[in-house]
Amino acid sequence: MSDSAKRNQPSRRQFLSGAAAAGAGAVTAAAAQAASPDPLITEVQEWASATGEGVDATPYGLPVRFENDVVRRNVEWLTADTISSINFTPIHALDGTITPQGCAFERHHSGAIELSKADYRLMINGLVDTPLVFTYADLERFPRENRVHFCECAANTGMEWAGAQLNGVQFTHGMIHNMEYSGVPLRTLLEEAGVQPEGKWVYVEGADASSNGRSIPIEKALDDVLVAFKANGEALRKEHGYPVRLVVPGWEGNMWVKWLRRVEVMDGPVESREETSKYTDTLADGTSRKWTWVMDAKSVITSPSPQAPITHGPGPLVITGLAWSGRGHVTGVDVSTDGGINWTPARLAAPGTDKALTRFYLDHDWDGGEMLLQARARDSSGYVQPTKAQLREVRGENSIYHNNCIQTWWINGKGEAENVEVS
Amino acid sequence: MSKCLKLLAGTALAATLSAAPVLAQKFGLGRPALPEEIAAWDLDVSPDGTGLPAGSGSVEDGEMVFADNCAICHGDFAEGVDNWPELAGGEGTLADKDPVKTVGSYWPYLSTTWDYVNRSMPFGNAQSLSADETYAIVAYILYSNDLVEDDFVLSDKNFLDVEMPNADGFIIEGRDTAEAHFWTQAPCMEGCKESVEITMRAAVLDVTPEDETAAAPVADASAQQAAAEAPAEQPAEAPVETAALDPALVDKGEKVFKKCKACHQVGDGAKNRTGPTLNGIVGAPAGLVDGFKYSKVLKAAADGGLVWTEDELAAFLAKPKAYMKGTRMSFAGLKKDAEIDAVIAYLQSYGS
Repeated sequence: MSDSAKRNQPSRRQFLSGAAAAGAGAVTAAAAQAASPDPLITEVQEWASATGEGVDATPYGLPVRFENDVVRRNVEWLTADTISSINFTPIHALDGTITPQGCAFERHHSGAIELSKADYRLMINGLVDTPLVFTYADLERFPRENRVHFCECAANTGMEWAGAQLNGVQFTHGMIHNMEYSGVPLRTLLEEAGVQPEGKWVYVEGADASSNGRSIPIEKALDDVLVAFKANGEALRKEHGYPVRLVVPGWEGNMWVKWLRRVEVMDGPVESREETSKYTDTLADGTSRKWTWVMDAKSVITSPSPQAPITHGPGPLVITGLAWSGRGHVTGVDVSTDGGINWTPARLAAPGTDKALTRFYLDHDWDGGEMLLQARARDSSGYVQPTKAQLREVRGENSIYHNNCIQTWWINGKGEAENVEVS
Repeated sequence: MSKCLKLLAGTALAATLSAAPVLAQKFGLGRPALPEEIAAWDLDVSPDGTGLPAGSGSVEDGEMVFADNCAICHGDFAEGVDNWPELAGGEGTLADKDPVKTVGSYWPYLSTTWDYVNRSMPFGNAQSLSADETYAIVAYILYSNDLVEDDFVLSDKNFLDVEMPNADGFIIEGRDTAEAHFWTQAPCMEGCKESVEITMRAAVLDVTPEDETAAAPVADASAQQAAAEAPAEQPAEAPVETAALDPALVDKGEKVFKKCKACHQVGDGAKNRTGPTLNGIVGAPAGLVDGFKYSKVLKAAADGGLVWTEDELAAFLAKPKAYMKGTRMSFAGLKKDAEIDAVIAYLQSYGS
């Protein structure tokens, strides 16, 4: 980046301190009147005079450089190294519901591997009439479906069990993405091999060195699980499992095995490392829940939030966020500006769809005062997103996973936001 | 299984789907998997021991295999190094504020340990252990948890006799009953509580990463400081020698380096991980990377004047443990000379 570009781009830190307002001119109490003519309008700008880049400059593009702070971030102290680790989607800076692959969170257990279509094999074995091997080209010949689903890591918001910890929605809620997948129903492939009556589970496994594998009941495997090879219209990115990953709608992200290489039909669960020592939820009395696959209804306000403070004065304010449920579709989202005393139904940008993100808006007239912002999702099963206190009452503070509590942002008079807990 | 079916019905899944033989259309795609192929990939081991190969390993052997392959991350006594998982201890802590979850205190099935070690470990060199080595490692982990005596030998014959302390510590799901009150048809909309107090603030804890991607303005003091420090962190500027490197060889070396990446970083912003950073390592005196805790033998060799010339590096990389007995580098070695030459060329491209 050139020096002039650097100067033109306020840093996130400036935003947080509110110092950007002066430099960017139009940011403060905007509307009323201009003191002098805006040179951006009255003077011929370079981009209105000279030419831009030709069509051969960017065969495959990245976002414009002004957006280069909208990136995945990781939390260094969270894991021993970055290969078996996680990063976070910058949901504070996105809108709509579809997550671009390039900034969608990654979770690897042995790093993102490079596996070509030519080297790809998928095996179906175990309790089937004919164990089969498919090439990538074989998979492309089965009837295909397109479906939009969210993928949420079971540990999303997991660092917040014991208290407000990370100051940014990217870090508290960014282990989620939502893509349109194209692929073949797992059911189709299982039927091709012929599932035997004693087959009650499938064990799905990836090709990477972690051999990440999970056991899935056959009912789910035959229901809506997808063997996907495209996301948002293009090939899966390497970090999302190129060339083939599993999509397990509504269930925790760890089961969405990437670089899928094998599906074994079995009569019981493997009880692999990822479904016993991890992804199990320890309660206050020391017993642990297992097979907690479904991601419960959840919502969060993405803006304003600590990384996306209010940079204008009182008046019209768009409060927006995301809601989702692994048990069906979002039927409504309520927003509170007073820490949960009173609630107002938000406007859903589109009706909720099955196991996918829903965007909500509350078009608010901000009086410039403090707010305690919260969102609360409701889903088609009748479930209402609980408070953190309600969750702790049942589960204690050691569950790590499945924290779907109501999140609170404290907005001060300057429009800055902070992650807090409230009574 | 019946509990599971109930659960699925309760979570509004299509519970009417059955596992009955399917009368579906077949497409005739794919080909039958060969027995050798299934044997190569179908390695998972179930709680009842299904999938375990014949073999055995003692605690005594396990201690050595563990020291060679596992201790660098998990510690000599399976106690865990830095943020790496601890595998021993923690018994009776599961109801504490910070439970210590280890193979001994938490894992319900021994099969899980064997299966995971066999298929996924050691980190960066998975699927390199023999069945007997895996039995030995698992025996040593059991010993580290005081679950067996020091003369214990684990085998496929006595595998199911081992009792895991937390075997009964798990319940299946339970949200639909224990949390039934979260299904509320009419949530409160007005006057839901009398008052609201802030009880905890994330800013007080201050553990959120700083944003490093947004370019910092000159006025920003902390950014200035970072800029001042930056040159020290940069690898040496592309040296003259780089020009002489064969780009094809460097490319090949980059691919070979994938085997090293689990532990070593090189290039801009490289940090010490399990292994030290490798910027400028070719031709450098051994043991000088700042902040890295070297093994005793490496320190001794460094004190003795070891320099990582191309020849020394080549010998080390061919068989690390033979070259330097006691090294912490748990890597079997690069078998082909061509790979060694390539990876050295790749490292040279980051200074020498």
